[in-house]
Amino acid sequence: MSAAANPSVSIQDLTLSFGTVSVLQSLNLDIAEGEFIVLLGPSGCGKSTLLNCIAGLLDISDGRIFIKGKNVTWEEPKDRGIGMVFQSYALYPQMSVEKNLSFGLKVAGTPKEEIDKRIARAAEILQIEPLLQRKPAALSGGQRQRVAIGRALVRDVDVFLFDEPLSNLDAKLRSELRVEIKRLHQRLANTMIYVTHDQIEAMTLADRIAVMRGGVIQQLDAPQAIYNRPVNRFVAGFIGSPGMNFIDGRLEEVDGGWRFGTGDLIVPLSTYGFDKQPVAGPAVFGVRPEHIGLNSGSGWPFSAKAAVDVVEPMGSDTLVWLRLGAQSLSVRVPSERAPQTGSQVEIGFDPMRASLFGEDGSRL
Amino acid sequence: MAMSQTLATDGPRGPKPRHTFSKRNIFIYGTLFVVAVYYLLPLYVMVVTSLKGMPEVRLGNIFSPPLEITFEPWVKAWATACTGLNCDGLSRGFWNSVRITVPSVILSIAIASVNGYALANWRFKGSELFFTILIIGAFIPYQVMLYPIVIILREIGLYGSLSGLVIVHSIFGMPILTLLFRNYFASLPEELFKAARVDGAGFWSIYLRIMLPMSVPIFVVAVILQITGIWNDFLFGVVYTRPETYPMTVQLNNIVNSVQGVKEYNVNMAATLLTGLVPLVVYFISGKLFVRGIAAGAVKG
Repeated sequence: MSAAANPSVSIQDLTLSFGTVSVLQSLNLDIAEGEFIVLLGPSGCGKSTLLNCIAGLLDISDGRIFIKGKNVTWEEPKDRGIGMVFQSYALYPQMSVEKNLSFGLKVAGTPKEEIDKRIARAAEILQIEPLLQRKPAALSGGQRQRVAIGRALVRDVDVFLFDEPLSNLDAKLRSELRVEIKRLHQRLANTMIYVTHDQIEAMTLADRIAVMRGGVIQQLDAPQAIYNRPVNRFVAGFIGSPGMNFIDGRLEEVDGGWRFGTGDLIVPLSTYGFDKQPVAGPAVFGVRPEHIGLNSGSGWPFSAKAAVDVVEPMGSDTLVWLRLGAQSLSVRVPSERAPQTGSQVEIGFDPMRASLFGEDGSRL
Repeated sequence: MAMSQTLATDGPRGPKPRHTFSKRNIFIYGTLFVVAVYYLLPLYVMVVTSLKGMPEVRLGNIFSPPLEITFEPWVKAWATACTGLNCDGLSRGFWNSVRITVPSVILSIAIASVNGYALANWRFKGSELFFTILIIGAFIPYQVMLYPIVIILREIGLYGSLSGLVIVHSIFGMPILTLLFRNYFASLPEELFKAARVDGAGFWSIYLRIMLPMSVPIFVVAVILQITGIWNDFLFGVVYTRPETYPMTVQLNNIVNSVQGVKEYNVNMAATLLTGLVPLVVYFISGKLFVRGIAAGAVKG
């Protein structure tokens, strides 16, 4: 094994292609023991495929997969020490909750007392004791997903795999179960790999997020780092709701200082922390709606006057769309400070919290 | 009225009234009635004729109900009607048909359901090709294969026996049944299959413990299709069996088409009704299940 530390799951040069269509291209990922990793990306980015490869449900074209230091590349799913929770719950409809939980153990030939003990423990952790004799059809969506988690729990696995487990639930249940999954992770401290397209789930649950596109991991980092310092324009646009404001323009060096400009909009970049040596040329300036101040006094490195175009109240916050010269800009403000449509406002932000992307889309 | 004047609008409110004798209803029910009569009339003639004695049949009033109800023709058709040398009626053919139908239905469905399961869930190398070949098999006319099968059965020593016919029926049921089962299993959520694999279940364990209990509707459909298909079969029965092992349909033909003596229309009608009774009963018992299963196994993908 090449990994220096002792990772719980290690994926090395994983490649998967169906005929000529390449889904994953020599992907590498090391996941630490007890870590909660979220694979995040738009549909079709290969995140579920990657999870199925880790589970052993898909045969890979190249590369190796290690779980707990054991090469499981050719192992059957049951021998990999994984438990999986699916989006559609995938409970066996003809079996009671108890039978659903015990099925895997019975197949493995576990003794009866051991099965009973493990079911009792899982039922206690997930609070599904009163449901054990029911059929899945008699359960609500949230209860079904809890049973599905229980099925992974009873098998005493090293790694939990979640394939969009909350996507079939309504918004309220989703946030409830999200907290429960986080609590479960804190209690069990297992390694968990969680696939979702919901960035809120990703931000709230993950120790590290892997943002994927086109079968390639774009950025693998802690949620705050991904939010504050996205490595490229795709990650910047994908993370954050409402999305980041992007302004196309040019990067120029004037009197020894760098600045970003388009038309009569000039943003000085003296406070911006460049990742690499800047080069004059076309660039994209990105700033999050919540990082722009509206009528919030002076003291901003950059400030300008803008006209209010549209006002979208969202409850706790209000999203204000502004016209700044030729640019359209969204700003997130507390609802009580929302301006009137058509009025003139003063905006300001600190380029330190902004992101600057070069011509190729990567962070500058 | 004062009340109605206070309302903002005086227009219609509540459910729209529907007239029992609207133009639409008369048209729909009229059409249904005509079609029903069109289909039921021959059945009525058969039942009525089978309950008449020969003198009454000769009067020629085929639509009139019997003056004197007699079950003599039914008894004769079942027990004493002559075909060739045997004079024990349809009873012999009935039991032959049972002995052909039951094993054929079980064998063909057992094999086809495993076929369909393997094709839908365990995509093996060449599974698409295998499936295509199987489907093409469904389009080859039976007549082309009649004689080669005679030779094959003769070579393996099963020609003329009931087991030979059972094998033939099982093989010919395979394409359509496999298609039926494959489509049904493909319509079951794939994640269920994945979950069972993660749980450690193998090929047979997933089939028997996960898939089978979920597939009752499609099994009912398959059983009905096979029972009616095999029971009603005439061609294979007449080609691959001997007079002692003729199925009921072949025997019915021999009774009805016998050239000697008077045509006993009442006995013929009774014999025909007796032969058709088995599929009819199957349909009546399982009508609802059948429709549900057909919808579930509808051809897709």
